[in-house]
Amino acid sequence: MSQRASDLLTLTREGLYCPLGRFHVDPTRPVERALITHGHADHARAGHGTVLATPETLRIMAVRYGEEFCRARQEARLGERMRVGDVTVFFAPAGHVLGSAQIAIERDGQRIVVSGDYKRAPDPTCLPFEVVPCDVFITEATFGLPVFRHPDTRGEVRKLIESVTLFPERAHIVGAYALGKAQRVMALLREEGWDRPIHLHGAMEKLTELYKREGVPLGETPKVVAADRKDLHGAIVLCPPSSIQDLWSRKFPDPVTAFASGWMRVRARARQKGVELPLVISDHSDWPDLCRTIRDTGAEEVWVTHGQEDALVHWCGTQGIRAKPLHLLGYGDDGEAEPDPGHDPKMEEASA
Amino acid sequence: MNDFAHLLDRLAYEPRRNAKLRLLQDFFAGTPDPERGWALAAMTGGLTFREAKPALIRALVEERVDPVLFSLSHNYVGDLAETTALIWPGPDESPDASPSPRTRGEGRAPLGGSETSGSGGEGASKDKAHSESPPHPRLPPRSADDEVGTALSPQAGRGETPAIGHNNPPPSVPTLAEVVETLATTPKRALPQHLARWLDALDETGRWALLKLVTGNLRVGVSARLAKTAVGALGGHEADAVEEVWHGLKPPYTELFAWVEGRGERPESRNPAPFRPPMLSHPVEEFEDLDKLDPEAFSAEWKWDGIRVQLAGGRDNQGRQVQKIYSRTGEDISDAFPDLAEAITFEGAIDGELLILREGRVQSFNVLQQRLNRKAVTGKLLDEFPAHVRAYDVLSAEGEDLRGLPFAERRPRLEALVRRLDHARIDLSPLVPFTTWDDVAAARADPASAGAGADADAIEGVMLKRLNSAYLPGRPKGPWWKWKREPYVVDAVMMYAQRGHGKRSSFYSDYTFGCWREGAEGEELVPVGKAYHGFTDAELQKLDRYVRNHTTKRFGPVREVAYGRDAGLVLEIAFEGVQRSTRHKSGVAMRFPRVSRIRWDKPPAEADRVEVLERILARGEREVAPAAAMEASE
Repeated sequence: MSQRASDLLTLTREGLYCPLGRFHVDPTRPVERALITHGHADHARAGHGTVLATPETLRIMAVRYGEEFCRARQEARLGERMRVGDVTVFFAPAGHVLGSAQIAIERDGQRIVVSGDYKRAPDPTCLPFEVVPCDVFITEATFGLPVFRHPDTRGEVRKLIESVTLFPERAHIVGAYALGKAQRVMALLREEGWDRPIHLHGAMEKLTELYKREGVPLGETPKVVAADRKDLHGAIVLCPPSSIQDLWSRKFPDPVTAFASGWMRVRARARQKGVELPLVISDHSDWPDLCRTIRDTGAEEVWVTHGQEDALVHWCGTQGIRAKPLHLLGYGDDGEAEPDPGHDPKMEEASA
Repeated sequence: MNDFAHLLDRLAYEPRRNAKLRLLQDFFAGTPDPERGWALAAMTGGLTFREAKPALIRALVEERVDPVLFSLSHNYVGDLAETTALIWPGPDESPDASPSPRTRGEGRAPLGGSETSGSGGEGASKDKAHSESPPHPRLPPRSADDEVGTALSPQAGRGETPAIGHNNPPPSVPTLAEVVETLATTPKRALPQHLARWLDALDETGRWALLKLVTGNLRVGVSARLAKTAVGALGGHEADAVEEVWHGLKPPYTELFAWVEGRGERPESRNPAPFRPPMLSHPVEEFEDLDKLDPEAFSAEWKWDGIRVQLAGGRDNQGRQVQKIYSRTGEDISDAFPDLAEAITFEGAIDGELLILREGRVQSFNVLQQRLNRKAVTGKLLDEFPAHVRAYDVLSAEGEDLRGLPFAERRPRLEALVRRLDHARIDLSPLVPFTTWDDVAAARADPASAGAGADADAIEGVMLKRLNSAYLPGRPKGPWWKWKREPYVVDAVMMYAQRGHGKRSSFYSDYTFGCWREGAEGEELVPVGKAYHGFTDAELQKLDRYVRNHTTKRFGPVREVAYGRDAGLVLEIAFEGVQRSTRHKSGVAMRFPRVSRIRWDKPPAEADRVEVLERILARGEREVAPAAAMEASE
């Protein structure tokens, strides 16, 4: 008799737990052994015993939390099967940010995939998502409503460049999450031929340097010096989302406020933030890609971690796929997993 | 239509008035007739057509999208037009939200084959990893005809039941003129078909604007005034110059554009009883505001709690008397008040307050409300709720424009006009005599003793008008002040919170609050009203956080928060009055409730009781008689 999926993975106070492997996946509190999907702060926290993650994720954690972020690190090579406790695991690219991975857990012919956050859209800064067929697929649902259909990123970046052409005297302040989104926007700008410097808020610097060391070409990215802000006419400046309405951004010449996020698809979200130039660029799957991915995995059961669980669970039902929400706390906002910009700046980077 | 839609979209994101004005001017300058004229009509509320009901839109979407998913989406986005625009399946998009259910397995992509891996090495190792696991018996084998399977799946549903308006070849993008003209002439049953065709042809922004337009909800942060300002600016005219000719014109306003662009004559107002933009006042926030003003330079009168109207009369070219009643915004409401319109036997325009009078006594706003927003104006309604105007200014008389005269000279002209009319439906709003601001404060605090007598309950404050003030349209700062009476306040306990709409759709910004009463099982809180403003954005953030942290139950967009004697948040609610309500369990409803203070400090057990509201209600209700003849108005 084969085991049930819950023998492979259950929910504890700390998050998803594999009893047979004696490890947690993306735990929200310190645990003995953690497998981490990617470096965003709500998934990768400091203070665990052993951390198993891709080399890039481990280096991202070291940059953010210091070299002592855990007792022991263990590198996971993509596609390489490893024995952990009484189960086998392997990592596969998730396409979310640099180093992001899905984690497959297997035993006795049964496979559960924890996808973490993922996207299917092309991203020059990380490996593309790979479909891992499985019995149980654990998915996010950040943009789990059919109103979310992310447009082609090239058009969005062109909007930004065209605005600079239209307002060459104004600085363009682009809010973007410090890990992943910022570097993706830079890379997309380069792809569209923007060869002038891209100015960075101090909070972006370390991670951007890390991306460059990891071999992602981003061109010249000087840090903004406070005294020079007033002279940055026609410049593109990247900063954390919380800074776009800060006094910090008001010191630039007649700033145009832009924000790169999947939330920008909804007008009210853009207006709440006082955004004048919404750029719909997301590191999460939109609705069609969530649905496509669930179908592609062939999973007969889907667990939804965070986001708009209701809609995705309902959709699975119409497709004859068993699905349930996990109500994971700690990802996104407050358990409702509606990490709208403006609610909790600390969680911002996780939310789009 | 797409140009107009993109204008609206840009306006929606643009906070600066001057930038909005610039966008409007550019649009009017660069868009040909009649398209720009229809756009102007759309922005000034000048379009009349059968509006599409939200239910119609919903039905159209639900033919294409799973109703549950649509409802969840609507809940989230908070705006029907925007939700529909976002969710409407494009011509080549696979509608994963499609309502047609599919059998499991059908059309699903083959395992491992549909996705090319990022790098050969990793892909290979993954495939290897996969191949070691046993086959999945439930899953369909990799099939060569998978394309067919996909093609047959959700879209098939649309093919079998031909979706309304799904044309071949793809429909062309409609102009605004086409939309407006079609809407004006199309029979009701043909409306869905046109709408669907347009939605198929437009882009997301176009769909959004179209839906805002057809549902009569085109509010995008541009006032009619601003739109007229932009039109006037095409030829260096002020907005008021546009207002002056406005009422003789009809969409698409080609004469107006010809005039402002210097290609045509100033359109002569053919309307013998035109609307004239009213003069508005600034509020007195506190008594100290008055210190800067000299009482001798002002006249005072009551601020009546009715609706502001303008009575305009004149003779058309056949010599017939034209009788018009305009609302404050220039809407022609004559048809709703035939009893009052027939009193307009003069040539000229009077500014005043529409009130219900019975036996010479002004009734409260509660009573007036029974007369408003009725579909049919029946004889019974006219008998029971006779409309009157209490006149406080005259704008023109016998063909003479009096607006340039100072108030002190207009007032005697008004008095003379009202006296000459000698009509029971039109009387004079009396002046309130005073010497010092303290006298005015005393009158405001107690109108009954300051000469208002039995009419005191229909007074909501005092108006102060500078004696030398000309009648200036708009809200000039300085000449006119309104000093409203203190609102009623109660302390109530927050019970439920709901997400707001539009800009606030991710905040819990609408609060239902309750007061204490003796229930079957002892003291209980019972809802008495709902408020969604009165707090700052910063306070909203705190309230929203409070709601999220104190949620006890969820019902869709509504959350119940903790409330009781020991738990709960007290909100001080300010309001203008109380009405009887069949919708609230408490039996009472407030007028204009708003959160005046958040009492983070106050224990909920000390919040007010329902009886406080019932006492206020009892005062107002005595006048709603003749009660026996009254029907419950819903």
